[in-house]
Amino acid sequence: MKNNKFTVLIADDEPNILLSLEFLMKKEGYRVLIARDGAEAYELIQREKPDLLLLDIMMPHMNGYELCQFVKQSPEHQHGKVIFLSAKSRDTEIQKGYDAGADLYLPKPFSTRELMAKAQELLA
Amino acid sequence: MNSLILLFVSAGYLCLLFVIADIAERRSRTGRSLVNNPYIYSLSLAVYCTAWTFYGSVGRAAEHGVQFLTVYIGPTLTAPLWWIILRKIIRICKQQRITNIADFISARYGKSRGLGVFVTVLCLVGIIPYISIQIKAISGSLSLLSGSPDAYDRSFFLTDPAFYTTLLLGIFTILFGTRTLEATERHEGMVTAIAFESLVKLVAFVALGVFVTFGLFDGPASIFSKAIQLPALKEQLTFGPGHTTGDWFWNCLMSMAAVLFLPRQFQVAVVENVDERHLDRAIWLFPLYLFVINLFVLPLAFGGHILLADLPIHADSYVLMLPVQYGQKGLALLAYIGGFSAATGMIIVETIALSVMVSNNVVMPLVIGRPSWQSRVGTGSFVINTRRITILVFLLMAYVYYRAVSHHFSLVSVGLISFAAVAQFLPAVIGGLFWKGGNLPGARLGLWAGSLVWFYTLVLPTLVPALLPAELLTDGPLGIGWLRPQNLFGLNTLEPIAHGMFWSLLANLIGYLWGSANWPQSSIEYNQAILFVDIFKLSRALDNSVVWRGKVLIADLRSLLTTFFGPERANRAILRYAPDESSGQKSLYADAQLVTYTERVLAGAIGTASARTLVASVAKEEPILVDEMIRILKSSQELILVNKELKRKSAELERTTRQLSEANERLKAADMHKDDFLSTVTHEIRTPITSIRALTEIVHDTPDMDPDARQHFLGTVIKESERLTRLINQVLDLERIESGRYQLSTERLYLPELVTEAVDVVGPLATEKAIPIRVANHTEPSDSVWGDRDRLMEVIVNLLSNAIKYSDRAAGPITITTHTDAGALVLTVQDKGIGIDLAHQELIFEKFYQTHAVRQTEKGSSRSAKSGRVLKSSGLGLAITRRIIHLHRGTITLESKLGEGSCFTVRLPLAPEGAVAYEKQ
Repeated sequence: MKNNKFTVLIADDEPNILLSLEFLMKKEGYRVLIARDGAEAYELIQREKPDLLLLDIMMPHMNGYELCQFVKQSPEHQHGKVIFLSAKSRDTEIQKGYDAGADLYLPKPFSTRELMAKAQELLA
Repeated sequence: MNSLILLFVSAGYLCLLFVIADIAERRSRTGRSLVNNPYIYSLSLAVYCTAWTFYGSVGRAAEHGVQFLTVYIGPTLTAPLWWIILRKIIRICKQQRITNIADFISARYGKSRGLGVFVTVLCLVGIIPYISIQIKAISGSLSLLSGSPDAYDRSFFLTDPAFYTTLLLGIFTILFGTRTLEATERHEGMVTAIAFESLVKLVAFVALGVFVTFGLFDGPASIFSKAIQLPALKEQLTFGPGHTTGDWFWNCLMSMAAVLFLPRQFQVAVVENVDERHLDRAIWLFPLYLFVINLFVLPLAFGGHILLADLPIHADSYVLMLPVQYGQKGLALLAYIGGFSAATGMIIVETIALSVMVSNNVVMPLVIGRPSWQSRVGTGSFVINTRRITILVFLLMAYVYYRAVSHHFSLVSVGLISFAAVAQFLPAVIGGLFWKGGNLPGARLGLWAGSLVWFYTLVLPTLVPALLPAELLTDGPLGIGWLRPQNLFGLNTLEPIAHGMFWSLLANLIGYLWGSANWPQSSIEYNQAILFVDIFKLSRALDNSVVWRGKVLIADLRSLLTTFFGPERANRAILRYAPDESSGQKSLYADAQLVTYTERVLAGAIGTASARTLVASVAKEEPILVDEMIRILKSSQELILVNKELKRKSAELERTTRQLSEANERLKAADMHKDDFLSTVTHEIRTPITSIRALTEIVHDTPDMDPDARQHFLGTVIKESERLTRLINQVLDLERIESGRYQLSTERLYLPELVTEAVDVVGPLATEKAIPIRVANHTEPSDSVWGDRDRLMEVIVNLLSNAIKYSDRAAGPITITTHTDAGALVLTVQDKGIGIDLAHQELIFEKFYQTHAVRQTEKGSSRSAKSGRVLKSSGLGLAITRRIIHLHRGTITLESKLGEGSCFTVRLPLAPEGAVAYEKQ
């Protein structure tokens, strides 16, 4: 599979969203890591240095903005592309996501097709 | 008894008074005033009861029966009116620094000097004899007890003990009446001593009464039954032809006036008053005193008459002779001291009051009126010395009168003539207090007319056997029958005192009304009339409304004040009213307020009329027209009203503003709340929709999907749709509860049944997580509640599923118990889960607590935000639960410790046996 060299981290506290995203990413051949809250994601990021991060914003312990900032400010992780997937859909909230260094911000509910296309683009 | 011993006892008693007065003065200086209480005040008012009461009442009762009582009934009947009259007088006197009755009348009628002099002279003429009968009483009692002949039989006054007693009293009075020059003219030491004397005379008289009634007789009944057998006394017990209601009326009226206007009464009741509120008690305490001191008058009079009939003594001496005759030396001495108290009390206060009156209204205006003499006034000590001299002069005058004249009259008749003199002030004072139209010509005319008639009908006849021919009374002057002094215009139905009162008061009143109606008022008079009549309305305005215009150098006022009160006080006054003067950047001229203030404090020291003269002498005064003055007074009054109104309005405005901004805050909060709620609801809705969309897209785009996975995905879609439905229902429920449209359909419920059902409902969930649920029921089947079955079921299920959600097997079982406590059914749901920290325990009952939690983690360090289960949305469940419990008039509380589990406690009121459903919500 063409995508198996990429590692994707999915962080969300909603199990059913994890379920769908995991399925989608695996189907495209990515290596998938799952985090159920911010702290877990933080550990995985440090350990696995993922290439693509699909982050929810409102998570226990550490939120998406913080994770994104951490990734984008650390030299060994900043190659990782960040896509926010959040129910927060106001302009100010979206802007805040980009300010944190995100590559893409998709408000929930998002189109899986669009998500997959953008992910491909970002990793190309 | 040896007269020397009696003199020593008298002197000793005076020394005791001196000590008491001294203690009181000291305490007053250290701020622990003895006088500042209604009891001392009321007792000091009892200076009303003189030797005349102590000896004379018995004498009069023996001669005329119960008529002696009029002198006490008058004050008793009018005491309630003091609240209106006396309080007003006190207030005015404090305001205007008025220190005696002459000043009062003079101040009311335009600070007239002439009127002040007239009132003073009338008081002197009326009261010197009254003082002399007190000396007579002392001297008489001395000679009675010592067995020596009456003093006026002695050829030389230097051998007369009464002379020395008089001198001693003079010294005492001077010591305590004229120590310092005070604008308020209050003497706390003297008042305390007088109150003590009132107590002594009361105790002495009652002791005597008890001795005679119960010692010499077998109680009052025995005296009266014996008295009724004597024809002379029987007459006294009946309201026969000797008494007329007219006599009673006029005597009562006279004593009503006397108790307020006698110089000594004015002194103790008005000038020495510390606090208007003392009147509240005095209004009944003083009449009570009068009642008690009169209780034994009739028994003593009749007892004396029965037992001492053979002795050649006047009934006035029964009080002393009864104990003497029956060998009670101690009691006799007590009686003597009682009489001595009564006499000395009157003498001390009366002479002080008269001396102030004379110095303020006669001497000062004379001295101050002459510029060449003014410089001699130089110091305040001139004023004090004037008073000291007048005190001595009055006492000596009284002594001379006593030596020369007084043995012709009984105690009571002289006292009554004094009363009648003082009653002449009635129209001027009462009119002045309540009628703005009363004016100087009226007061002058009334007082002159009344006094002349008083003199003609009451004083003249007393001179009859001694100085005037008896025909004056029987045939009238020059044989004109209708001018007979005691039967004026042929009026012969009244006894002499009532007769004199009637004609003099009539003349007085007519003069007052006629004069007031026919002459105009001057501006200063009108000013004073308003200040007097409207004192209660104006009290606050007075200091500000100054009706005066002219130019006075501040330096002149300063020197005036310094002269009388010393530099320190003068400085204080000037600092207060002309603060600029001290800072150097001011005008040389005083403003009207300083002028008025100066005049007022001076008035306290030298009388209103003199103070006015004095201030006028340094001021270039411009006359003020009446209209203009009224305008000034009015505008200052209006200003106060306007001010008050403004204050009220601005307070109102402030309140409204506060209410508005509070409402605004509430609205803002509600708005924010609503905003929060909306964004949380949309967030909550987006989450399941996201899952549903993602999962269905996957299924749609993945035709070759593994059937099991597909089944799982579709199952999840269904669950998420259910979640969405539930959420929407909850939002709707919440909205209905909050808008008050939520209907409970209540019935009698046995909660443990619901618990069993609820456990069945959540059973699968618990089994899935392998958490055991324990149920413990400690209620009786009769312990039911009124409630909505479905709603309460929802509550229990919600609590149980929360407990399961935040627990696991390792933690321990979930316990649900039911029991009753204090009229309530109590349901607890206890888990051993992760618990909730204290800070969040109350918050979890709010809608979507999750939002708050996340906000917090956004602000603080995310790593430390370990607040337990709250971080995961508690959604709307607990918010709705609490509202449902509240709708059932119950409560829900939470006890929890982070990491140790939570316990929710629901309390619902027990349904009373047999009661029907309470009003539907």
